[in-house]
Amino acid sequence: MKYGVNDLGYYGDFGGAYIPEMLYPNVEQLRQEYLKIIEDPAFKAEFDELLRDYVGRPSPLYHAKRYSEKYGANIFFKREDLNHTGSHKINNAIGQILLAQRLGKKRIIAETGAGQHGVATATVCALKGIECIVYMGEVDMKRQAPNVARMKMLGAKVIPALSGSKTLKDATNEALRDWIGNPVDTHYIIGSVVGPYPYPDMVAKFQSIISLETKKQLKEHTGNELPQYVMACVGGGSNAMGMFYHFLDDESVKLVAVEAAGKGVDSGESAATTFLGREGVLHGSRTILMQTDDGQVVEPYSISAGLDYPGIGPQHAHLFKIKRAQYVSITDDEALKAGLLCSQLEGIIPAIETSHALAYLEKMHFKKDDNVVICISGRGDKDLDTYIKYFGY
Amino acid sequence: MNRLQTLFNTKKNNLLSIYFTAGYPELDSTLKVAEALEIAGVDFIEIGFPYSDPVADGPTIQHSSERALENGMTLHLLFEQLKNLRKHVSIPILLMGYVNPIVQFGVEKFCKTAAEVGVDGIIVPDLPMYEYEAMYAKYFIDNNLSNIFLVTPQTSEERIRKIDELSNSFIYLLSSSSITGGSLNVSANIEDYYRRIKTMELNNPAIIGFGISNHQTFQKACEYAAGAIVGSAFVKFQATDNYIDNIPDFIYSIKN
Ligand SMILES: Cc1ncc(COP(=O)(O)O)c(C=O)c1O
Repeated sequence: MKYGVNDLGYYGDFGGAYIPEMLYPNVEQLRQEYLKIIEDPAFKAEFDELLRDYVGRPSPLYHAKRYSEKYGANIFFKREDLNHTGSHKINNAIGQILLAQRLGKKRIIAETGAGQHGVATATVCALKGIECIVYMGEVDMKRQAPNVARMKMLGAKVIPALSGSKTLKDATNEALRDWIGNPVDTHYIIGSVVGPYPYPDMVAKFQSIISLETKKQLKEHTGNELPQYVMACVGGGSNAMGMFYHFLDDESVKLVAVEAAGKGVDSGESAATTFLGREGVLHGSRTILMQTDDGQVVEPYSISAGLDYPGIGPQHAHLFKIKRAQYVSITDDEALKAGLLCSQLEGIIPAIETSHALAYLEKMHFKKDDNVVICISGRGDKDLDTYIKYFGY
Repeated sequence: MNRLQTLFNTKKNNLLSIYFTAGYPELDSTLKVAEALEIAGVDFIEIGFPYSDPVADGPTIQHSSERALENGMTLHLLFEQLKNLRKHVSIPILLMGYVNPIVQFGVEKFCKTAAEVGVDGIIVPDLPMYEYEAMYAKYFIDNNLSNIFLVTPQTSEERIRKIDELSNSFIYLLSSSSITGGSLNVSANIEDYYRRIKTMELNNPAIIGFGISNHQTFQKACEYAAGAIVGSAFVKFQATDNYIDNIPDFIYSIKN
């Protein structure tokens, strides 16, 4: 793959494994084993079966007719919101729990922002009867309270991250600290295409089912497996990478990644990483991150807990730098309005993360025959409180 | 030869090093603390430059880093404070911090500036061996700076050999895979681990860090290695009244 990772774990200038020695044995074991394991036919069979019978895949590709009318193109929704647990995060969680079992791990840790990855991880741990600990920023525990309760009901222990901005970045720090202290029996299920190599590649491969299915489904709908545009929101970037993956080498397909601008890119309260960030090292990889001149990580802001992260995965940093994908941003207000629009035009209440991708449709200039696929990364149940407060229902 | 190498050539046992965070508790306490530590009889010093996301650190050093950043500490300011370091302090000095501030400062410029103010070695816990060798080593070597690598009970023998090859002053031994501020692991497995390291007959001496907090743990560490590093326990002590005046007592309590 032209845009894939090289043998040293880099995508162009980005990637690598910037980790303390304490994490080296675990990350090195993963590096040596992950391809062997996930390409093993028995692994593939179990992965595919769970995706089909447990997650409910393939997720539909829905031709959104009223959206198509409104935006003057053929708009398709890739319905990751219909997955078991309500988002794309379950694809990766299933893959990693099967991998953890094969590595002989007895304890699972995870970080979560919106709680969707935490719920997905708690779910697969319940499925396999493995102990599960989820780190979640204290701020996020408040704004995504239903997901905290779900994780607990699924038998996971949820530990609040109390440092820094008390959001996703800090939850990730706490998970890394836990892993340092538990170097033998624990696997860390990272929730996005971030972290030290091989995580970005491994998570992208587990999420690539999204674009694999899309190609086939689009061909059934339109006679052509290639759309003109593929769009997705980006926090760390896993639903976007899954949505882009099998289109990366098809250069005619334009890739649009939507970041969270928060209260505006220049407001000082934003999570628009490619606009505000510079190259550096965050959570184990060389990437683009929001930081001060002194190299301190800047605390991001977005109304959407899943996009409230100061970095992006290294492959995204590469696609941004070489301009293979276009990175844009959407504010809180624009996203919430798009969430309402989608609810009322299509009868689908999207996650606020997803609403960012939907909102960017307003700014696109389509031709009438353009086929556009947008990843509906999750459903809005967890965000009802936020929507209700904003719109006063 | 830098000061660190000279020290390890002349003193082989009971070496005591102290870690503290630059800019904590006060922005301008860095030099004062270093001076007091030398007078109190410490063998070498680690000065931490703060980072917003210190993943290898426990609550104590997370807190000191946060406070130091609130106080306005930056790498530029630290080098400014250390301009006259060698007029006041003669024992070896290491800088310890995470890779991102170094990347933003510029690796080459960082090494050059560190050497100019009289720093002898660098500890960057999240700088991997491959990246060090491929991209950083030349600047360290050009500036006569020792790079210090960490080793844990899970580090393979092959990797320890490689670390020994790339080191030229000492190897930083952890008693267990942990973040800073834990307690010294003294289980039977750990004795095996130290013995294993000893029988490897490495070129570089080992210093034990993470979890050394008092005389008992210092003494234990000195049974297995050339010495030990006290970090979180000292940073905690810095929160007490008149800590500068009491540094000699603190150091005495560790040594005796
Ligand atoms: C529904 C949904 N979409 C998107 C994201 C953002 O993550 P990523 O960029 O990895 O897809 C999240 C994260 O929690 C999410 O829950």
